[in-house]
Amino acid sequence: MTEHVSLLLGRLGPDALPFYSWVAFSGALVTLAGGVGFLAVVTWLGQWRALWTGWLTSVDHKRIGIMYIVLALVMLVRGFVDAIMMRLQQALSYNSDGYLPPEHFEQIFSSHGTIMIFFMAMPFMTGLLNYIIPLQIGARDVAFPVLNAISFWLTAAGAGLMLISLVIGRFSTAGWTGYPPYSGVEFTPGVGVDYWIWSIMVSGVGTTMTGINFVVTILRKRAPGMLLMRMPMFTWTGLCSSILIIFAFPALTVATGMLALDRTLGMHFFTNDAGGNMMNYMNLFWIWGHPEVYILILPAFGIFSEVVATFSSKRLFGYPSLVYATAVIAILSFTVWLHHFFTMGASANVNAVFGIATMVIAVPTGVKVFDWLFTMFRGRIRFEPPMLYTIGFMCLFVIGGMSGVLLAIPPINYSTHNTTFLVAHFHNMVIPGVLFGYLAGYMYWFPKAFGFHLDPTWGARSFWFWLIGFLLAFMPLYLLGLMGMPRRMETYGNAEWQPLLIVAFIGACLILMGIVCLVIQLWVSIKYRRALRDTTGDPWDGRTLEWSMPSPPPEWNFDAVPVVTTRDAFHEAKYSGTPMKSVPQPGTLHVPRNSVVGPCMGFGGFCVGFGAVWFIWWLALAGLAVAVGALIGRAFVQNTEREVAPDLGAKTT
Amino acid sequence: MTGPIADAVDALMWQAFGLMLVIVVPVIALTLFIAWRYRASGGSGTHQPDWDHSRAVEITVWGIPVLMIAILATWVWEKTHALDPYKVLPGAKPLQIEAIALDWKWLFIYPELNIGTVNELAFPVGQPVTFRITSEVAMNSFMIPALGGQIYAMAGMETKLNLQANETGTMQGRNMQFSGDGFAGQTFEALSMSQDDFEAWVSKVQDSDTPLDHATFAEVRKPSVDAPVRYFSTVPPDFFSKRVAHFMGMEHEMMHGTKAANE
Amino acid sequence: MIAASDAVEEQIDSETEFGFWLYLMSDAVLFSLIFATFAVMSTNLAGGPGGADLFDIKNLAVQTGLLLISSLTIALAHHAAVGGHVARAAVWLVVTCILGAGFLVLEVRELTEFVVKGAGPDRSGYLSAFFTLVGTHGLHVTAGLIWALTLIVQTTLTQPGPRLLSRLSRLTLFWHFLDIVWIGVFSLVYLPEFL
Repeated sequence: MTEHVSLLLGRLGPDALPFYSWVAFSGALVTLAGGVGFLAVVTWLGQWRALWTGWLTSVDHKRIGIMYIVLALVMLVRGFVDAIMMRLQQALSYNSDGYLPPEHFEQIFSSHGTIMIFFMAMPFMTGLLNYIIPLQIGARDVAFPVLNAISFWLTAAGAGLMLISLVIGRFSTAGWTGYPPYSGVEFTPGVGVDYWIWSIMVSGVGTTMTGINFVVTILRKRAPGMLLMRMPMFTWTGLCSSILIIFAFPALTVATGMLALDRTLGMHFFTNDAGGNMMNYMNLFWIWGHPEVYILILPAFGIFSEVVATFSSKRLFGYPSLVYATAVIAILSFTVWLHHFFTMGASANVNAVFGIATMVIAVPTGVKVFDWLFTMFRGRIRFEPPMLYTIGFMCLFVIGGMSGVLLAIPPINYSTHNTTFLVAHFHNMVIPGVLFGYLAGYMYWFPKAFGFHLDPTWGARSFWFWLIGFLLAFMPLYLLGLMGMPRRMETYGNAEWQPLLIVAFIGACLILMGIVCLVIQLWVSIKYRRALRDTTGDPWDGRTLEWSMPSPPPEWNFDAVPVVTTRDAFHEAKYSGTPMKSVPQPGTLHVPRNSVVGPCMGFGGFCVGFGAVWFIWWLALAGLAVAVGALIGRAFVQNTEREVAPDLGAKTT
Repeated sequence: MTGPIADAVDALMWQAFGLMLVIVVPVIALTLFIAWRYRASGGSGTHQPDWDHSRAVEITVWGIPVLMIAILATWVWEKTHALDPYKVLPGAKPLQIEAIALDWKWLFIYPELNIGTVNELAFPVGQPVTFRITSEVAMNSFMIPALGGQIYAMAGMETKLNLQANETGTMQGRNMQFSGDGFAGQTFEALSMSQDDFEAWVSKVQDSDTPLDHATFAEVRKPSVDAPVRYFSTVPPDFFSKRVAHFMGMEHEMMHGTKAANE
Repeated sequence: MIAASDAVEEQIDSETEFGFWLYLMSDAVLFSLIFATFAVMSTNLAGGPGGADLFDIKNLAVQTGLLLISSLTIALAHHAAVGGHVARAAVWLVVTCILGAGFLVLEVRELTEFVVKGAGPDRSGYLSAFFTLVGTHGLHVTAGLIWALTLIVQTTLTQPGPRLLSRLSRLTLFWHFLDIVWIGVFSLVYLPEFL
């Protein structure tokens, strides 16, 4: 296993190119063509300067939010391609090899999970938090705008590493959880696992900063009168999520960092021999991994709360209950990690305690579902696409909750762990729970960000395809799991599995249609944006502060910062006829200037990751130097702000 | 094809599933019903835009899940202890079998009978079986789905699983934990047979001409996909424990690892 | 984003300090997990040397002394800066840097010695955990040194003001935090080997 490592190129050589299978080669070509095509279009349109000053170096939380969501949507497509390839392979591979060799199939299930969690769901969530939370709490910006840009660029760097693994070298074959000792060099030499480690480590640093940024923003930058118990639910869930990030992400850094040390420096944290202990990895990983589930789903719960109240034209039912339930879920999320490995042989006492702790989470979650239900009750419900996604979520999510409780019962878990029952369960949580929530949020807030609606017809179509596609794709997996089918099977000899796997593939095809509908929706909406224009700034008869300003909002968000006197203050003001009071306004405002620190950190982070993956140590050091240099340089920048005059909207300097 | 563990797990599953349906079905039905009744375009429900609190509703929506989880929690406590995979099943003296996960096959050792096999497991119907499980390679998970229950196989550590079959027949057993290229084919046949058939099977294995010595093991240990069934006439004493111990380098370290896995 | 006034500057600094506390909490979780890992692996010697065979009590005493004194000197720097004595603050910062660098030199020397003796981090799970724990702390000290040097340069180049003071107080906090972590390392990693 001695590899040739050169000083200049590390272990990078010609065999890193994806000529090993036509499928991988086509994937690489598509990725390359996408990148080159994007650069070509920007050049063709002569938009480099606009892109650079308007977006890439922007520290405006709204621009950053949009960039996060664009990243998430691109990665959603990439992650979905992986998914449908797996479904096709399993639909074909009864007593046959299908069309994918094992090693390639393994890369695909590993990249699917990694992308969907780290580079689809996380950026989507962060993007929505970024765009909406300052608007909801009456703030002119986040607490640390430049840090915010750094967070984004580190996430983008991680995603870049992920994407480039398709072109140069290979991705991990160890699944999205990267369990050692399999993920150690003994069983998986090469760069795959290193790509996995470094892409999530680089983006994880960015995520930690996001957590810090939003806790400070929410706790310190609220408008006068915006008491904690007057905050919109989305802000509450964003706060809990950010707190979870601060406490949970170090565990991911430690777990993957130690795995990197094992792989790169030959250490023995998780190896079979020389005193390694792989059980420690599982503990560390899931101490992060379980809260991560709630980091993703709490903001989605927040979105459902906003959507259900707005489209039912009614106050949110049981607001205090929803707040307490959110906080309880956040705390409990740290007490259940062991349920991810009930089958490790812990004593019945330990397993029973963690099983019960897990079930207890069903209580606050159940309360939330009931509160949404009672928000709809006595409402006047408009079935716009965000509301469709919310109702779909409520119906499907309780099914996933049920299978979750079953999995939390240790004796049942012994039989269903590692089977497709588990796969069906967590997809049942993250597709209706997380993704439907984010898509609802995307369609709900899109008019705020761009000043025109997303076409509702195509939105509804996307919902129905997603809903039916989800049911067809994952209900069979529940059954297959009960029949004993393990996850991650490249081929199988059990004839009775194949019909169900074909149904699941058809489900994936319907989800594909759902994604196509989303693309068409965006296209059609941009094309007919004049007809879909929103001139009011309040297209849904909204309740919270973000609807009190024009769409899209000015760079400084609020011409005058409002004084909040009640929950749903904007809605109250709208219907009582007495406008909200506002804080006396200075003549000019200061907004932060663009900064290159973000892109520099992203570039540096990418080089560190790429260098560490390929053992190109000069590149890793250079990347580190760029990143540290950018930070030090930033400390010497004096003139970080420019003045604007809100009444004119013109830039005076 | 069943066993007492699989039966008990099945019963527990239906019981828990049934209890939850009592809540889940009404919730789904209510969601759809309320959505329809209170639709803006011609629904018949009255609109009360400020109705956001009701003590009775609050108590109910916290009370119902608490009650359900309380019931489930008692079941969890009881059944987790009753169906603990480490608990030896009642009845006859259990047959001891040791399972070692390899890339990508299973090595089985019958310490009391001093024989071994690759990818074939046999035991008498109705007699409890106690498995001691470890791995020579990455983490595996040992399972015979028809009999229920799975337990991880980890290098340098020993885990346990107790199973029993109620009927004779052939079942599929396998590794459930992804472990590399040959994972999909890492299955074995588990044969539940009458006492007489089992004794005949044992003699068949004893009559094979290969002992499991150092050289044979080195060869078996090499990664192979869809490995054929093999029989070993004899197995060195304490083979399993020595394989567990050698990962830790020292005897007392082995004890430490085993303890950690058992806790 | 806000009209420049002293009140606003103060608000920004207070937000930054709050954010920094959050970062320290996150970092504390990171260290506690590494400590926990060390505890899990503390007996996994795999036949290799343990702490009692390796650690040198004199080295440890000097290292600990340097770091503890540096915590005092950085506090003096902060005190001087609060009183408006920028030059004096810079001098104390320089002293702090020298002490911190001394600590790092001793640490690197110790770890190199271990590697030369064949007790590198690839020898056993115990040594992996030891090197990683001590190394992570050392990297933090290095980052603190770079930060301190940057501040020293800033005291000479830029106008002293509340922003500089805020940076110094955060660095002081960071430095004390690293001191506390070191006390953890001292008492959980080194001390038991001498008892």
